[in-house]
Amino acid sequence: MALVQIENVSKTYQMGEVPVKALQDVSLSIEEASFVSFVGPSGSGKTTILNLIGCLDKPTAGDVFVAGEHINLLNRKQSAAFRGSALGFIFQSFNLLPVLTAYENIEYPLVMIKNISQSIRSKAVHKVLKAVGIMEQKDKFPDQLSGGQKQRVAVARALVTQPKLVLADEPTANLDKKSAVNVIQLMRAMRDEFGTTFIFSTHDPKIMKEAEVIFTLEDGMLVN
Amino acid sequence: MNKIFKMAIRNLLRYKRRTLLTALLITVGVLTVILFSGLAGSFKEMMIGQITDSNLAQMQIHKKGYVSSIDSMPLNLNLSPKEYKTIEKILQDHPDVVAYAPRIKLSAMLSNYSETTNIRLNAVDPEKETMVCPDVGNRMVFKDNVRKKIFVKPGEIIIPKNLAKGMKVKAGSLVVIVAQNRDGSINGLNFTVAAIIESVLGPQGKEGYIHIKDARTLLRMEKPEVTEIAIRIKNFNKLSAVYTDLKSSLLKFENKKGGLIFEIHTWEKLSPFVNIANMIDLMTISMKLIMIAIVLISILNVMIMSVYERIREIGTMIAIGTSPGKIMGLFLSEGFFLGLISGIAGNIIGIAGIYLLNIFKIRFSFGRMDNLLLSPAININELFWLTAIVLLVSVFATLQPAYKASKMEPVDALRHV
Repeated sequence: MALVQIENVSKTYQMGEVPVKALQDVSLSIEEASFVSFVGPSGSGKTTILNLIGCLDKPTAGDVFVAGEHINLLNRKQSAAFRGSALGFIFQSFNLLPVLTAYENIEYPLVMIKNISQSIRSKAVHKVLKAVGIMEQKDKFPDQLSGGQKQRVAVARALVTQPKLVLADEPTANLDKKSAVNVIQLMRAMRDEFGTTFIFSTHDPKIMKEAEVIFTLEDGMLVN
Repeated sequence: MNKIFKMAIRNLLRYKRRTLLTALLITVGVLTVILFSGLAGSFKEMMIGQITDSNLAQMQIHKKGYVSSIDSMPLNLNLSPKEYKTIEKILQDHPDVVAYAPRIKLSAMLSNYSETTNIRLNAVDPEKETMVCPDVGNRMVFKDNVRKKIFVKPGEIIIPKNLAKGMKVKAGSLVVIVAQNRDGSINGLNFTVAAIIESVLGPQGKEGYIHIKDARTLLRMEKPEVTEIAIRIKNFNKLSAVYTDLKSSLLKFENKKGGLIFEIHTWEKLSPFVNIANMIDLMTISMKLIMIAIVLISILNVMIMSVYERIREIGTMIAIGTSPGKIMGLFLSEGFFLGLISGIAGNIIGIAGIYLLNIFKIRFSFGRMDNLLLSPAININELFWLTAIVLLVSVFATLQPAYKASKMEPVDALRHV
């Protein structure tokens, strides 16, 4: 079975009294260790499909399987546990916890979610710190880092638990061109080093080019 | 857990001004309660001490029915020598009773040979009375200001201050006391005024003193009867327990009709000050309730704001897999630490305040009592419970915002701007 299997998934939001079809009958599969991008204009359903794969939302119809888990059936607590163990997240606005240093932000999932001992944690954090190239910034707080550095910390935080899948919603949208390319190349390098599947969304053609598999969405439908 | 505590403290420090203002508000609340408890408690204890140690005694035993007719000072409700012996045996056998003193209460006429007025008299054995009410002599002003070890001897009388002023008598003056005994016959005796006594709160606080032997002569008692037995115990804090104990011992004695022979009362049933003491307790509780309201509202307010401002942050934590319990734990810890810091600060400033109040002594008048000195104090248990209340209320006030944070939908929270 593929790492991600989406079967006839639809998602409808209620905007006041008007139903909005965010996704319509989408089916696709993504293999392990792929470097995948969802592309399309704003409102095409990129974030919605990432939320469904990321177990952050539930489809109105259809089934979503991630790493063999039928995630439609998970309750709130099980969803949180599944996200903590199998998934990593990178956000457009970095979403680092402002009261924690770069090191502590990366360490956070290991302490708060996986409850791993100090010595193992330290090794794991140092490994990803080195891999993303921000060892020198490890003791800085997020407001002392540049956008590119923050996103590197976010990548490291997503990878530190060694998830099967990392989801990144517009990870380069808040970065300058150079930093954006660097972050995408870093993600790809991480895929190569750790074998982690990366799925990201973008509408930047230069970033799209970096993806190995591209799914194009338009008005909630998969067109390519 | 350490990580949650660390994050909680850093989150509090993140909004320094807001945390400081909230902590200051709670600190002021705790400080107010400590100072009020210290002052009110000191006033209450001092007044109770004045009443029990210089006049009333901690407990009194009477013939059944005496206290309900105490205003008329009846002589037909005296304890017989046999009854006195019975009670004496009980008191001697009780390990917590340190002293007891017999008293005869009577109403009489006082004459300075030109004017006459009525006077309430307390006839005592001065040595025993001093054991029961050690401060009784402190209220007396003797001739040439020389305090006597035995404050009243046979042939001497101690007259209340206001009465002495009205009758124009002073220490050394000669007066006549005329009293009617139980059978209706009238008798009079000459007395020398030994001292003038200051008043204490309550009806028994304006009584004069004579020697118990003189009272028996004046009232032509054939047998040595007493009106009441005043009692002092080792530890005032055990008053209630000793009272219950003695009461159960006295309950065993019944008259031929099956009615009780004796009655025992603590000072609370004998002095009107108990109403003031209850009011002080009520006011202290009210202060604590106001403090609880301050803590509740200020922490609830600050935590609701905190949750609202950090919706995206909460969304991120939930999205990356933090359990709802840990999200709740984080916010509860913030409320707990805010309460803890404020409670400790309030305690430290409160103790310093009490210390300062003891340095700059507070003197005041209450009723007819002048120059009373307050010594505010607060015990460690009170501080412990106060801090515990602050912590409990802080956590309680944080429950709703913390629950709300833990139940957020990550998709909605991440979308929040």
